[in-house]
Amino acid sequence: MNPRRIYAIFLRQFYLLRSSPTRVVPLFAWVAIDIVLWGFIARYLNTVSSPSHDFVPSLLGAVLLWDFFTRVMQGVTIAFFEDVWSRNFLNVFATPLSISEYVTGLVLTSIVTSLIGLVVMLILATTVFGLSFFVYGVLLIPFVAVLFLFGIALGIFASALVLRLGPASEWLVWPIPALLSPFAAVFYPLSVLPHWMQWIGYVLPPSYVFEGMRAVVAGQSFSSASLLIALALALIQIVLAYLCFSRVYRSAVRSGLLARYSAESVG
Amino acid sequence: MNVHVAKINAMSDPDIILSVRKLRKQYSATVAVDSVSFDVRRNEIVGLLGPNGAGKTTTINMILGVLEPSAGEIEIEGIALAKQRSRALARTNFAAVYAPLPGNMTVYQNLRFFGLVYDVAELNTRIETLLDQFELRRFRDTKCGVLSSGEQTRVSLAKALLNAPQLLLLDEPTASLDPATAQDIRRSIRDIATHGSGGILWTSHNMYEVQDVCDRVLFLSHGRILLEGNPKTLPGEHGVASLEELFISLAREPLAYAENGR
Repeated sequence: MNPRRIYAIFLRQFYLLRSSPTRVVPLFAWVAIDIVLWGFIARYLNTVSSPSHDFVPSLLGAVLLWDFFTRVMQGVTIAFFEDVWSRNFLNVFATPLSISEYVTGLVLTSIVTSLIGLVVMLILATTVFGLSFFVYGVLLIPFVAVLFLFGIALGIFASALVLRLGPASEWLVWPIPALLSPFAAVFYPLSVLPHWMQWIGYVLPPSYVFEGMRAVVAGQSFSSASLLIALALALIQIVLAYLCFSRVYRSAVRSGLLARYSAESVG
Repeated sequence: MNVHVAKINAMSDPDIILSVRKLRKQYSATVAVDSVSFDVRRNEIVGLLGPNGAGKTTTINMILGVLEPSAGEIEIEGIALAKQRSRALARTNFAAVYAPLPGNMTVYQNLRFFGLVYDVAELNTRIETLLDQFELRRFRDTKCGVLSSGEQTRVSLAKALLNAPQLLLLDEPTASLDPATAQDIRRSIRDIATHGSGGILWTSHNMYEVQDVCDRVLFLSHGRILLEGNPKTLPGEHGVASLEELFISLAREPLAYAENGR
């Protein structure tokens, strides 16, 4: 892999962000609104429930981590959509750029853009609502890592979906996190779900994170093996998502879809 | 020509920049390109001509690696595109009227982005040279989307020359230029072909331009090459007054020329 080509994908996104406030604001605005909304909900629930239970670390922490995952996924897809929106596939893929370099560039972009959202959320959650990350201890690191890896996997998969189905399918991608959230045990344990929903939850790495987070907050024991399962699942899903993207790309090259994405006609 | 023999010729002849052999693209029952073979040599501009739907853009897309051939081989400086895509494409670049650069980035940003993708050495110096060469300096920090179509074409050409490609593919590069600018661009590209070390494949519907610029033309119709030759002598050889007349005749009666097809 050529690092200059990977850097080019990142630099392109930086140029676009630098010149466009409409691209910068969504990096933190929606997640900030979520933190404010759920911060007040957690505060209110604290006033009407048992004084021994603090909703801030369980509820607000869950919202923060879920929003972080969403930002990671969208960090990949939005960088990919820039090529869809500017009809740039022909220019980009008729170059020496390899698919692995392109996807790595999208991931690098997502790391930076999602970190911006994470920092804003952390500042708001800790300063305004008193969320202390010491509650989670060192487990916060694997929690964030698993959600990051799953966000990357889903971002690559969603990009493959849009490459395969065309620009209009972008609208299928935006609601994916909301679609997954009932299965991912963000706000409740997996055990409250019907069996078939639990099985879906078991293949979603975030469900292990949120189960673990609730256990830690409640002072219960928590098996580190489940985090290893989540980590392994997320890594496998990244590999599968990459293979899916490569396969869709090769199919698009074979069928002429890639050329038609930019050119009006294949003469 | 036997494919194996042609391959050996391409490998042994360092003057051949692009070697296309028995290229075919089929979509279900439709054959878009059928057994097309040709070379582009060093310092040569080859015109790829034909009516709309003849298979020109399909051929170019296959050479650019964005469309997989159903059969056949493409080699760029002896490097097989199918096997060593990145190495082969590092030696090419292109400008096409239907592939403008992203309008949401400035001229400089676009050139820098593509310069990095093509791994151009001393990129800043190269960008500054091209900004001067295509009279783009005053648009350096202007977003490409607000430039006129002629200015955008010049930016596309500057991008196409970033990596000093050995094989330059130009799909109707002067289609949106005024006659004076088009003439300047033609001269620039002619100079690049004459004084550089690469070859150029050029498509155009402007037969006067083709006659002026190209060393050799290939007439494509229904996915097959029907005629090949010097654009200045070809009309006379076929009993017509001009290349345009030959084009019209070929587009209307391709079967009359099909027996000469390759």
